[in-house]
Amino acid sequence: MAVSRLFGATVKRREDPRLITGKGTYTDDFKLPGMLHMAILRSPYAHARITHLDTSKAKQVPGVHAVLTGQDLEGKVNGIPTAWLIPASDLKTPTYKALATDHVRFTGDGVAAVVAETPAIAHDALDLIDINYEPLPVVTETEKALAPGAPQLHDDAPNNQAFHWTFSNGDPDGAFNGAEVVVRHRFVQQRLIPNAMEPRGAVAQWQSGADELTLYNTTQNPHIVRFLASVTNNIPENKIRVFARDVGGGFGSKIPFYPGDALTIFASQVTGRPVKWIEDRRENFLATIHGRDQITDVELAAKRDGTMTGLRVKAYSNMGAYLSTAAPGVPTWLFALIVPGCYTIQNYSCDVLGAFTNTTPTDAYRGAGRPEAAFLIERMADLLAGELQMDPVDVRRKNFVPADAFPYTSAGTLTYDSGNYQGTLDKALEMADYNGFRQQQQQMRQQGRYQGVGLSTYVEVCGLAPSPAAGAMGFQGGLWEPGTVRMLATGKAVVLTGTNPHGQGEETTFAQLVGDMLGIPAEDVDVVHGDTAAIPMGWGTYGSRSTAVGGTAIYKATQKVIEKAKKVAAHLLEASPDDMVFDSGTFHVQGSPDKKKTIQEVALMANLAWNMPEGVEPGLEESSFHDPTNFTYPFGAHICTVEVDPDTGEVKILRYVAVDDVGVVINPMIVDGQVHGGVAQGIGQALYEHAIYDEAGQLITGSMMDYAVPNATHIPTIETARTETPCPHNLTGVKGVGETGTIASSQAVVNAVVDVLSPLGIKHIDMPLTPERVWQAIQAAKSSGSGSGSGNANQPGQPGQ
Amino acid sequence: MYPSNFAYAAPTSLADVLAQMQAAGDDGKLLAGGQSLIPMLKLRLAEPKTVIDLGKVQSLRGIRVDGNSIVIGAMTPYVDVLDSADVQRRCPLLVQTISQVGDPQVRSRGTVGGSIAHADPAGDLPAAAVALGAVVTATGPSGNHTYDAANFFQDVLTTALEPNEVVTSVSFSATDAPGTGTAYLKHRHPASGYAVVGIAAIVMVGADGNCQAARIGITGAGSHATRATSTEQALAGKPLDAQSVAAACANAADGVDLMGDSYASSDYRAHLIRVLSQRAVLQAAQNARR
Repeated sequence: MAVSRLFGATVKRREDPRLITGKGTYTDDFKLPGMLHMAILRSPYAHARITHLDTSKAKQVPGVHAVLTGQDLEGKVNGIPTAWLIPASDLKTPTYKALATDHVRFTGDGVAAVVAETPAIAHDALDLIDINYEPLPVVTETEKALAPGAPQLHDDAPNNQAFHWTFSNGDPDGAFNGAEVVVRHRFVQQRLIPNAMEPRGAVAQWQSGADELTLYNTTQNPHIVRFLASVTNNIPENKIRVFARDVGGGFGSKIPFYPGDALTIFASQVTGRPVKWIEDRRENFLATIHGRDQITDVELAAKRDGTMTGLRVKAYSNMGAYLSTAAPGVPTWLFALIVPGCYTIQNYSCDVLGAFTNTTPTDAYRGAGRPEAAFLIERMADLLAGELQMDPVDVRRKNFVPADAFPYTSAGTLTYDSGNYQGTLDKALEMADYNGFRQQQQQMRQQGRYQGVGLSTYVEVCGLAPSPAAGAMGFQGGLWEPGTVRMLATGKAVVLTGTNPHGQGEETTFAQLVGDMLGIPAEDVDVVHGDTAAIPMGWGTYGSRSTAVGGTAIYKATQKVIEKAKKVAAHLLEASPDDMVFDSGTFHVQGSPDKKKTIQEVALMANLAWNMPEGVEPGLEESSFHDPTNFTYPFGAHICTVEVDPDTGEVKILRYVAVDDVGVVINPMIVDGQVHGGVAQGIGQALYEHAIYDEAGQLITGSMMDYAVPNATHIPTIETARTETPCPHNLTGVKGVGETGTIASSQAVVNAVVDVLSPLGIKHIDMPLTPERVWQAIQAAKSSGSGSGSGNANQPGQPGQ
Repeated sequence: MYPSNFAYAAPTSLADVLAQMQAAGDDGKLLAGGQSLIPMLKLRLAEPKTVIDLGKVQSLRGIRVDGNSIVIGAMTPYVDVLDSADVQRRCPLLVQTISQVGDPQVRSRGTVGGSIAHADPAGDLPAAAVALGAVVTATGPSGNHTYDAANFFQDVLTTALEPNEVVTSVSFSATDAPGTGTAYLKHRHPASGYAVVGIAAIVMVGADGNCQAARIGITGAGSHATRATSTEQALAGKPLDAQSVAAACANAADGVDLMGDSYASSDYRAHLIRVLSQRAVLQAAQNARR
């Protein structure tokens, strides 16, 4: 391996120049000859019967080529599949039609589509579709949907129950019998809207002679789209090419296969022309998946010394109107197994009810279940500390899995691969000057300034996943990855990956990895992703898996390339392969540094194949198919300090310290960027973002005017640092960083705000902690007089100070 | 986000504008900086048959000093107001207010007349306009017509303008007399950047250090910008210390037809009016003493 290492170096992202100068190639940038444009008519009602549908006027508009309804799809386009069939849960998967035929179930459910010469004609024609609805009673909230007498969404899902999933380990009930302390709380994980900068879209090109489909799609997983398009649109999988060049963010919302995708394909088949569909932002709010939306009732049993002994969770998850592609796995497996977090709780149970409601379907949103889990356990740790009058730091120290206990099997039956939870916490406490802050906090209070500090010590589970584990969980796919490394005659390398980075920077990271191993400049390594015709297979980018799983496959393929090159080099140098030394891109004979061949020279000769060793095939290309043996377990400690304006309830973040251990780091700048983005999204959930439906099922935060995605002015400087505990079960030691920031951050902010307000007796405020919610909590606490503070002068919320 | 079809007219003179308005009738819509109308067109919340763009009418642009007034042409973009030395020196409340409008892009395109005529209940400029006692000049087929800001804003997106009138300029009184200070404080909606509550305050400090007179404009909380007249009266003659100001501002929300939404209830808006009025008055008083 090279001495001056690309691996571990801060290298600027090669993706950025094209993306920030407007030269990216997104789905909307594909313009094919003869291409038509599709627009989708969406239900304005959350729940209704379609009583009348007449498209004749729309069909007569000049420039309109087709108007499609649900009837047109019958027998030709199947329902949108659910691809995570969680076992032993009485899972119901009602048909999710690409266009509703008689019954719409959420505001935004598709009812018709127009295909026309221009987008403007298509949108104008939508207005001419004559459709009548008979509104039905609406239910948008999980518990109400599960209650007797609730409006029913699907005939084949009685009581709107999508599934009932349970997990238990140890003796949870025993732990609560006679527990010294029990802390109980209900938490609401509000619904969020992913809001990728590039909305969803597709360009479908059906070639009727060859019966082949090319689908340009904004997706995190082109091969999964190929498979799902195949089963939905009845096209053989080997006749589909899915192409995704630049994808403008996903955050989970571009994992699923959507009705719009299936419709675009069908529209191309019907019209015989390429068809483009690009959703607008309003449509993105309504028709692309939402995230979170879970209520949890939590009980934590503990000893008086702070030792956590038992944990029981009852969760209610809002699945929306239909089950999106991966939806059932999110609030179950991805949530429940990691709930015990960094702690040695032995007895744990989790009971999850999923419900259908008249809302947009939910699915994986950055972190997918794990932010909910980390929030829950970290809030409970603080509530326990409050109950026992302990410092939140001490409660955590008391319960951490010790550094010498790894690999450690948790109460969630996961085997945490490696960790040093105390190490990241100590580093974060030092960076944040926790003790100094605690002293200063008292002085500030005397001056009428209300500051607080919040901790989040988290472990998450990513690097998805061993394929047998995926199968056992009912995921209808594998989670291995292929990697191919090909050296061309000119000494340049091409890397093929089945992951599909869309902001994570692996075009750079993988070039560093391979360049480092081959001893060639990173600039000489091109990384190809997002093309099912070029790349043999792949499961995509999500679950912080690309570098840990896809990168390991590439690592192994590169090793094979070096092994083969060594044979060729030895042959050319008339030496034994066993005597070859490979260093900094050059093979030489042991003890004779002058007898050498560069890898580029070897690549040329291997590609020409004029003089190959006996039994060695031409070319210099190798592939590996890597299936991990375990998940990976990044961890860390985040500390947030805040100040609350007691008169207005406004929260200002003073400092945000993130100490993460994501295993070995290939590019520190990219890792920092992932932490920044993740923390920004977590702060967004903590303070700003909330998808709100009214009683009629209208999304009242359905635009950027109402739904507060944080911008730069909302986000503090994020102070990052790391410890490095390698992943022991892959070759690079990488764990993953795509989701840690989101998983770690919301509770750090909420814990800090509650720390400010705890002298008033305030124990919790549900997210988002908007100024009004904080102000209302202060008002309620003042009027109930439950403050435990040392005196009124120290309490916030005195107006007019 | 595709507007319905509309005809586009780009007159170059005020006379042309009036002719186009007459031709379009109720189906016409004036386009100023486009910061509100363009999104409404894209969402098909507005579907005018004719859009009359005022952007090419040069006579509607510019800032001039007329005695004790600053007269700003309706099509003057915010950024020109911010950059005007006359405005900075003689009417700092406009700078304090407009610098908090939207973002640099909005301030580059958005116009003074557009904001005033659109009368968004959460717009920033109307608070300053009512506090400063601005006079809105409009032109119609029968000539010019002036409106006091106090009577101009009537309801949500509703003004006293006649349908066939176009705002041509807005005149703001200078506040550069010695002992006068101003401030604009705003609780900014985290998504839209609009004022959940915005308070524009003008405080005249007497020789005794007490409040000689105060004018307070409120935006965001109700259907239209209004003055906090009872608080203004309560402040007159009172010391400008925290306690007195707090007492005077306790009634600041009186008379506001409070609105509530998913972000801020009407109770919270009333509370913000009180808190921000206190703070704005104290800050204006501090600025007066500088």
